[in-house]
Amino acid sequence: MAANEQDILAGLGKIINEITGIPASEVTPEKSFVDDLDIDSLSMVEIAVAAQDEFGVEIPDDQLKNLKTVKDVLNFIQG
Amino acid sequence: MSANRVRVVVTGLGATTPVGGDVTSTWAALLAGQSGVETLTADWIDTVPVRFAGTAAVDPAEVLPRPEARRLDRSEQFALVAAREAWQDAGAPQVAPERLGVVVSSGIGGITTTLNAYDTYRERGWNRLSPFTVPMLMPNGPAAWIGLDLGAQAGVHATVSACASGAEAIGSAMDMIRAGRADVVVAGGTEAAIHGLNIAAFAAARAMSTRNDDPAGASRPWDRDRDGFVLGEGAGIVVLESEEHARARGARVYAYCAGVGYSADAHHITQPEPEGRGIIMAMTQALNNAGVSGQDIKHVNAHATSTPAGDVGEAQAIAKAIGTHPLVTSTKSMTGHLLGGAGGIESVFTIKALQDRIVPATINLHDLDDGIEVDLVHGENRKLPEGDIAAVNNSFGFGGHNVSVVFKGA
Repeated sequence: MAANEQDILAGLGKIINEITGIPASEVTPEKSFVDDLDIDSLSMVEIAVAAQDEFGVEIPDDQLKNLKTVKDVLNFIQG
Repeated sequence: MSANRVRVVVTGLGATTPVGGDVTSTWAALLAGQSGVETLTADWIDTVPVRFAGTAAVDPAEVLPRPEARRLDRSEQFALVAAREAWQDAGAPQVAPERLGVVVSSGIGGITTTLNAYDTYRERGWNRLSPFTVPMLMPNGPAAWIGLDLGAQAGVHATVSACASGAEAIGSAMDMIRAGRADVVVAGGTEAAIHGLNIAAFAAARAMSTRNDDPAGASRPWDRDRDGFVLGEGAGIVVLESEEHARARGARVYAYCAGVGYSADAHHITQPEPEGRGIIMAMTQALNNAGVSGQDIKHVNAHATSTPAGDVGEAQAIAKAIGTHPLVTSTKSMTGHLLGGAGGIESVFTIKALQDRIVPATINLHDLDDGIEVDLVHGENRKLPEGDIAAVNNSFGFGGHNVSVVFKGA
């Protein structure tokens, strides 16, 4: 994993912990938001809003629904 | 009063107030005569003529888990904290979801959320708003979150009547149990309105004290030098239960929630009716509804907000509707005025007074205004008599709403 990707993962873990209470250490690339982390669609909106502030990347609604795993979000943010 | 009517008891109490983060600490502070009113340090403070308020003693966002707190308006945070305390205090009753209800109100709702969200929308755009903005600002939000927390399905309601909201909620909850719609109802009021706009708006109505050099002395019901109310925040919640349900599970019973009276002044949108006809009607109806006489009432927790117009009129109305004998106090002298939360916390205080047979003194009352014949408790706390005792909690609101609730000792 590139250093940049590690930083993004750490930032994402912090955001998800803040919003859902899930420990940041459980936020790993292979995890599915719905099946593994039990994150609902409104929480995903909160995460997307926070990620926009943190990483400066806009996540449109039609893209958001395709982001199923943590890895999907990492890839989207890295463009 | 019908002999076979369902009797309603109080089995749980919860409160978070400017003088304490729970019932025990709040009640101890009231009996010690402590004020919860302090100078504010908010960034908007120089924009308003009132620079103090009764900020909650314990920040609810520090008590609740962070992921939960961030989805809740502060008024909802207070309500959940107090409701959880009350529910545990009642022994977390086993009750079928379809027999459990909630009636919890706020006078203003999630106004800080509304104002902050408006700033976000204008400065950063719609898509930066939290998806929880609507449930945070809606006035039924506190009731709805408590209902979700407890799984209540018998009906979740929010009665809105400005500063009478909390008392109206408790009256409505009692009516709900009497009507057979529920066995257990969680009821009360909450408010979180310490914000520059609200203070500016109440100050524009010339309703607030501007005693900026003496915050702790600013709320002074019935004192000749009173100059307006002091804003407070927090929540007070009770668990009401049919007596049959409570006895069957061996619950501790604090008091009977014995009667409620409602009226409307139909006089002026903010000014009290000078003869006190509306509030006399509410108290008289509450006594009739409870099946008690004026002589049975030994204590009144008055609405008395420290405004020039309201306090003396209420004292005179108490004398007419009940008599001059009850021990009358205004705990707002210590907590400030919690608006829609007032009827919630003051019902808790009325019940504690019956339980401990003691009435906390009104503080800051040094120079009694003219025209008051009722027995105002000030200087020191006073004991309630042995034997059967009952008490009234009064709450009145902008709009001319009047609510009186009667509690009887267990």
